Amino acid sequence: MMRPYVPKDNVQKRSYYTDRFWVAPKIEEEDVSKDEVFAKDVEALKSRFEIEKAFLQRGQLIVYIDPSLNLEVLRFFKEELQYDMLMELSAVDYLSRSGEFEVFYQLLSLSKRKRARIKCLIKEDQAIESVNPVFRSADWSEREMFDMFGIKVNNHPYFKRILMPEDWVGYPLRKSYPLHGDEAAQWYEIDKIFGKEYREVVGPEIRDAAWVDPKDTENFARYGHEVPKGAPYDSEPMEIESFNEDAPLVETFDLKKSKIVDRDR
Amino acid sequence: MQQTNRLEPFFENLVFDRDDNTMVVNFGPQHPSAHGQLRLILELDGEQVVKAVPDIGYLHRGMEKMAENMIYNEFLPTTDRMDYIAATSNNYAFAFAVERLLGIENEVPRRAKVIRTILLELNRIISHLFWLATHALDVGAMSVFLYCFREREYAMDLMEDYCGARLTHSAVRIGGVPLDLPEGWLEKLSVFLNNLPAQIELYEGLLDENRIWRMRLENVGVIPPEMAKSWGCSGIMLRGSGIEWDIRKEEPYELYDELDFDIPVSDRCDSYGRYKLYMEEMRQSIKIIRQLIPMYKETDPQLMAHVPQYISASKEDIMTQNYSLMQHFVLVTQGMRPPVGEVYVPTESPKGELGFYIRSEGEPYPYRLKIRAPSFWHTGILQDLLPGHYLADVVTIIGSTNIVFGEIDR
Repeated sequence: MMRPYVPKDNVQKRSYYTDRFWVAPKIEEEDVSKDEVFAKDVEALKSRFEIEKAFLQRGQLIVYIDPSLNLEVLRFFKEELQYDMLMELSAVDYLSRSGEFEVFYQLLSLSKRKRARIKCLIKEDQAIESVNPVFRSADWSEREMFDMFGIKVNNHPYFKRILMPEDWVGYPLRKSYPLHGDEAAQWYEIDKIFGKEYREVVGPEIRDAAWVDPKDTENFARYGHEVPKGAPYDSEPMEIESFNEDAPLVETFDLKKSKIVDRDR
Repeated sequence: MQQTNRLEPFFENLVFDRDDNTMVVNFGPQHPSAHGQLRLILELDGEQVVKAVPDIGYLHRGMEKMAENMIYNEFLPTTDRMDYIAATSNNYAFAFAVERLLGIENEVPRRAKVIRTILLELNRIISHLFWLATHALDVGAMSVFLYCFREREYAMDLMEDYCGARLTHSAVRIGGVPLDLPEGWLEKLSVFLNNLPAQIELYEGLLDENRIWRMRLENVGVIPPEMAKSWGCSGIMLRGSGIEWDIRKEEPYELYDELDFDIPVSDRCDSYGRYKLYMEEMRQSIKIIRQLIPMYKETDPQLMAHVPQYISASKEDIMTQNYSLMQHFVLVTQGMRPPVGEVYVPTESPKGELGFYIRSEGEPYPYRLKIRAPSFWHTGILQDLLPGHYLADVVTIIGSTNIVFGEIDR
């Protein structure tokens, strides 16, 4: 039997059925000129920096910039355009599609009551400059971004993992990282406490309390294929007479015996 | 780090062998006033904090990863486990973000909006009562803790009457609410609201002029406005620093633009100012819910938006109409498929700005879901805020930031 092909760079759950002719609709990308405030901001931004793309989506400005400009553009947004708060900073993993990460900076202007999102695309092994000198809130967000995606950030004051343990292997939010953890994650405690060579000594059944060995007939029984205790697992199944398969699981519903409690419903 | 062996005693929490006179203390993660699983590594000079390094991640469950492997409706109960003090505000923030992604936020029926707004404000009261209880307990006022928990229990009874759960409500659905208010619920709510102002006065009577309370809160944990902005503070942490910003007023959602309420702001920038804001916000929430009660009676009984492409029809339709049943089957087994695009939707949760960034690729599973939890940055600010304070003040400051670890670690 052939194993079904599973792409290694994206092991997340997929829809099991999609109509052949189904085309996903798109949220429209509106022109910047639709909003006066954003139009002025983009005008000012264009006079200073080269931007790749700018549009509005669901009432927020989205600007694509070159990753090398991120610090200067954010400083410009803060000091000249009065976007004084960095509310969120993270990345989206597009490695399986284009080999890139999309880093986004979610900005808020208190005086203009506007929100803008600045984005840049970086390659897998490309580092990005820290925006910590402009916004202190980037300190923890950049650490989280590194922790979850493995994106390196230059000139960060304290560049360490933040949510996962420091000796964790792999970056959990990448699409190539399985939901239930990879091998290193499954053996993390054993590796750390006893060392890697103890994996075989401990064995999967001790590591995972819910692990059932299908060949172990001493401790487990297989439903529908019962063998005597301790017998080889592929030996002839036993006949169990006490099990009556014809017994009904649900009694037949009898309307005459039942009583309707709430007649209004 | 000290090496353990049998000859030298090993102190788990203290490190003595440093060259200078400072001592490193490990505060948490099981410290009772660490509000969950906060570990603070404090460097002390005498009793004064020289350096503070917050260490988080003890409650990390990978919610964002889980979201990428769940259909949208499936993820909703998981959001209960973020800010478990006020679960409905998380449910709502997620449901609202998905509604905006689908472009159906105006389709939500008015009765659902009224119920949601009532629940959101009731959750705000629950959260603020819980905050006051634990904060007062940390500072040393045991009786306030008991009084607050009594009132909170009444509010939780109301939540339980509505949705059947005390903490993990899941009381909001994408496109509306699952249930109508039970009979007599609004009367019970009115009774609760009528009793609460006297209780708030009681708390203030106990604390406002209390010498110990003032000594421990005044001029402790001063966050200048610039620092608050730079650290991305939101909610009361921002308004406590004299910046008037409440998403309910500035970018109104639900029925907040029809309601009359005030946003309290404090220029004191310290823990005491924030305490006063919490008390005032509870009063404003009472005012909001009182306006909503008559609104409820004027609404039509529809509870869920009618958008057959994304949202299952009502139970009656599913049981009687073949096409509704088929569509319901598709929506449950495969999930709704939002359009390709992305949204960032902020809401004002009791802790601050709770935002959901959702990137959709037109599939039933979100391509990326980032949760902007306010407590994350309110914990980060501790590393700039704590140095210079005394060890006893650390507890006050952690308390007044109102952090919840379910949403920091996610």
